[in-house]
Amino acid sequence: MKKKNAASTASHSRLTRRALFLGGAQIGFVGLLGLRMRYLQVDQADEFRLLAEENRINIRLIPPARGEIYDRNGVLIAENEPSYRITIVREDAGDVQEVISRLSTLIELDDAALNRAMTEMKRSPPFLPVAIAERISWEEMSRVAVNAPALPGITPEVGLSRKYPMGPEFAHVLGYVGPVSDYDLSKLEDPDQLLLIPRFQIGKVGLEAKREENLRGKAGTKRVEVNAVGRVMRELDRREGEAGSDLQLTVDQKLQTYIQARLGEESAAAVVMDVESGDLLAINSSPTFDPNLFVRGISVSDYSQLTENTYRPLATKSVQGTYPPGSTFKMITALAALEEGVINSESTVWCPGHMKISNRRFHCWKRGGHGHMNLETALRESCDVYFYDIALEVGIDKITNMANRLGLGVKHNIPMSAVASGLTPTRAWKERARDSSWVIGDTANSSIGQGFVLASPLQLAVMTARLASGKALEPRLVKTVNGIDQSISPEEIPDLDVNPNHLRMVRKAMYAVSNNRRGTAYSQRIIQDGYRLAGKTGTSQVRNITAAERRAGVIRNEDLPWERRDHGLFVNFAPFDNPKYAVAVVVEHGGGSKAATPIARDITLQALYGEDPPLDAYPKKDRGRIKAQQERLRKEYPQLRSDGRDRA
Amino acid sequence: MSYLEYSVKTVPSGFRKILFLNWALVLLLISISSVGFLMLYSVAGGDFDPWASAQMKRFVMGLCLMVVVAMVPIWFWRNVSGVLYAGSLVLLVLVDIMGTVQMGAQRWIDLGFMRLQPSELMKITLVMFLASYYDWLPAHKTSKPIWIIIPLLIIMVPTYLVLQQPDLGTSLLLLMGGAVVIFMAGVHWAYFAAVFAMGIGLITAVFQSRETGWQLLKDYQYRRIDTFLDPASDPLGAGYHITQSKIALGSGGWTGRGFMQGTQSRLNFLPEKHTDFIFTTLAEEFGFVGAFSLLLLYALLIIFCIFAAISNKDRFSSLMIMGIAGTFFLFFAVNMSMVMGMAPVVGVPLPLVSYGGSAMLVLMVAFGMVQSAHVHRPR
Repeated sequence: MKKKNAASTASHSRLTRRALFLGGAQIGFVGLLGLRMRYLQVDQADEFRLLAEENRINIRLIPPARGEIYDRNGVLIAENEPSYRITIVREDAGDVQEVISRLSTLIELDDAALNRAMTEMKRSPPFLPVAIAERISWEEMSRVAVNAPALPGITPEVGLSRKYPMGPEFAHVLGYVGPVSDYDLSKLEDPDQLLLIPRFQIGKVGLEAKREENLRGKAGTKRVEVNAVGRVMRELDRREGEAGSDLQLTVDQKLQTYIQARLGEESAAAVVMDVESGDLLAINSSPTFDPNLFVRGISVSDYSQLTENTYRPLATKSVQGTYPPGSTFKMITALAALEEGVINSESTVWCPGHMKISNRRFHCWKRGGHGHMNLETALRESCDVYFYDIALEVGIDKITNMANRLGLGVKHNIPMSAVASGLTPTRAWKERARDSSWVIGDTANSSIGQGFVLASPLQLAVMTARLASGKALEPRLVKTVNGIDQSISPEEIPDLDVNPNHLRMVRKAMYAVSNNRRGTAYSQRIIQDGYRLAGKTGTSQVRNITAAERRAGVIRNEDLPWERRDHGLFVNFAPFDNPKYAVAVVVEHGGGSKAATPIARDITLQALYGEDPPLDAYPKKDRGRIKAQQERLRKEYPQLRSDGRDRA
Repeated sequence: MSYLEYSVKTVPSGFRKILFLNWALVLLLISISSVGFLMLYSVAGGDFDPWASAQMKRFVMGLCLMVVVAMVPIWFWRNVSGVLYAGSLVLLVLVDIMGTVQMGAQRWIDLGFMRLQPSELMKITLVMFLASYYDWLPAHKTSKPIWIIIPLLIIMVPTYLVLQQPDLGTSLLLLMGGAVVIFMAGVHWAYFAAVFAMGIGLITAVFQSRETGWQLLKDYQYRRIDTFLDPASDPLGAGYHITQSKIALGSGGWTGRGFMQGTQSRLNFLPEKHTDFIFTTLAEEFGFVGAFSLLLLYALLIIFCIFAAISNKDRFSSLMIMGIAGTFFLFFAVNMSMVMGMAPVVGVPLPLVSYGGSAMLVLMVAFGMVQSAHVHRPR
């Protein structure tokens, strides 16, 4: 018994030893756990705190409101309207198909948009909202909101979308906005974070694109708390962004609308420029299109309708279209000759109807010839031979130089898309582009605005404004940015540096064009004193007259297919004694200047009166036709009535 | 000394026994469980439902069970330990078969009022049965190989069954809990040294064999090891949980982010936040102070048990208490190591704090055994 006791005592003391050893090891490990805790929670606390904050806080951008655009009188021409859309969160919806079929009983769902949403949903994480219906009406939106309990995962959202209340009239000036595309992003080196917001609208073409930096504004941010799957739990704080700057244009909405109506379905362009400031009061291109279609995402059929139209509604003919200026170029040739001292107001040239230059016959438009011509009569009657003759003496270099000084062949800096620089040919240019040397016949062709010379309606308006003012006016489209005036004072506009007497001679000749019984635009004159216009007609050939045609006799333009008819041009300023506005009108394939001249006169009077002019301004025989035309336009374009301010 | 050798008369009897309970231990258990209630209330977003109230009910039930178990003389438990072990084994086999039939892992048996996990039950019956084995075995035979194989089998059979469920965490606890009892019984050091050396050798072999002809593990298993060793290498995949868990712990700082203010747990960055990862919520909301306090409570419990084991002259009681304390220690040590990124993620809950009925009741029964041994100790 004692032995057994001894053995038991021995085993118990061993047990005690081992218990203490094991206990020690366990407490040691507890110490290790404590150290680890200290390391994580004390030594590395700051780092982990930061990681926890990064986990839970997401920074979201708040898109700023795009700047609004007004005309020179404060009429709104581009605004932001609330746009309602429906989004779906896959995770919350559960049975997506079921929810969508329920939704489709409430609002009309577009199949294409639906398909797009379905593919997007498959790609994105289940908690991200995907738009399934955009630009729904307020009524549809409320119907969805009321039925929300039956539509899990569906959220009606409100955002801002661009709207052009005037519709087509300003399509070519403003351009339009659209959602950022991958292509847009690929062009930018360091894109603004804003652009990554789905469906964020940026300017695509026109002023909207060129003044994007003014209009866009700065993004606001909000910090939101998100959970592990990325769902927003609450908003922590927000910093409002900065709305885009409002722009005020120099354009007069009323005049712009009138001109658009007046041009109608003609393929034409018209530019009205203020002769004192260079403000562009109107800058039209016709036919036009509704820019709102592009904002919404234009349908394929609408788009192909626009691109397949032979009148090219999408082209901004006023700045982008370049045409041989034809006889409207003759003022430049005349001025160059005057400045070089080659001619004076008295020198005459005999016009027999043609002129032989290096064994080629250059015809005057008047087969029978004009007889003796001086500066005034040559411009008045648009004699070609007179200008061939003086051009050969002056030389192309001086003529091109004068054209450039008057704004041709120069790319004017206005915020519109594809502003063309046109073409004023030089010897070097021909060597380079045509790989042949300049010949004397080229000079003759250039002198009457044919051959290589190309100018846009904008450039023709600038030329006319410079002739009328004697100042090197630059066209201006933006009047104020965020209320800050952008104009330069008239004293700051540099002089044209052309002898004022020479300018006066040319202006006088232009006056004769429409006020002298023998002037080419006499039939389209203004008879109201103080409103009389001075202008120049132009007809530019778009085809070469073949020898066979010449033998067969001149074919009348009306008999030709549309695309082979001559362009009609007219430039003018008015009033003659106190010039206010310069106008340039180009009617594509109008069949000659007679297509452009009446339009230019109507525009001039409209600009001068600020409304429909009294019939007394027109010659008696035109009054009946003009009255009918005014009534027709008012009927067809209701926006012309009541100050043109009712919005569609 | 065995209980047969001391006078039964010195042992309290009847309801007087209640006075002889180790009340400090009871207090400790209540404190630890209260931490659990608090955290379960917090992770439910400030609600007693669904976890905290259920856990409290179970704890009260567990306390009653503990007292009942403590009232029953320890020699009765010793005598029935074989039957209890065999019963647990039968239940384990039963669960395995039913689980197979039902095409999935099934770890529990529905008792109507609760779901019982036989593997949890096994943790305590295994320790009891081993303790009674060594109580029966004469001391000089403990280190004889033949007498070592028997306890090894006693351990390996349930461990294997649990591993089949599959439940790596619990099988690990069974293995280690059994090993503690064998160690305490006085088996020669050399055996443990040998096992330890073999373990080291095996681990080395596993790593050395990688990308050789005799590669021991599958590629994906190696990747799991990589992820454990460097969770940052796969922050959104398998390493996600452990990374988020460490962020939660670390962001707690000294004093924590405040009760119910833990963003990591509230925003669901933590997995299993009411069970295996509940400690991270505690550490996030109460910081180092809170987390270390819980660790101290656990350490205190272990120290209590070790002293109870040493001071108890009954061999069965000592071995059983050490076995229970060892299992309990492994419970929280593995869980805390896991959430602090010191051990791979194996499903081991935090004892008395994590939500879970079986574990709670079984632990309370185990401490009932400890109490019984204390009340009925030889004097």
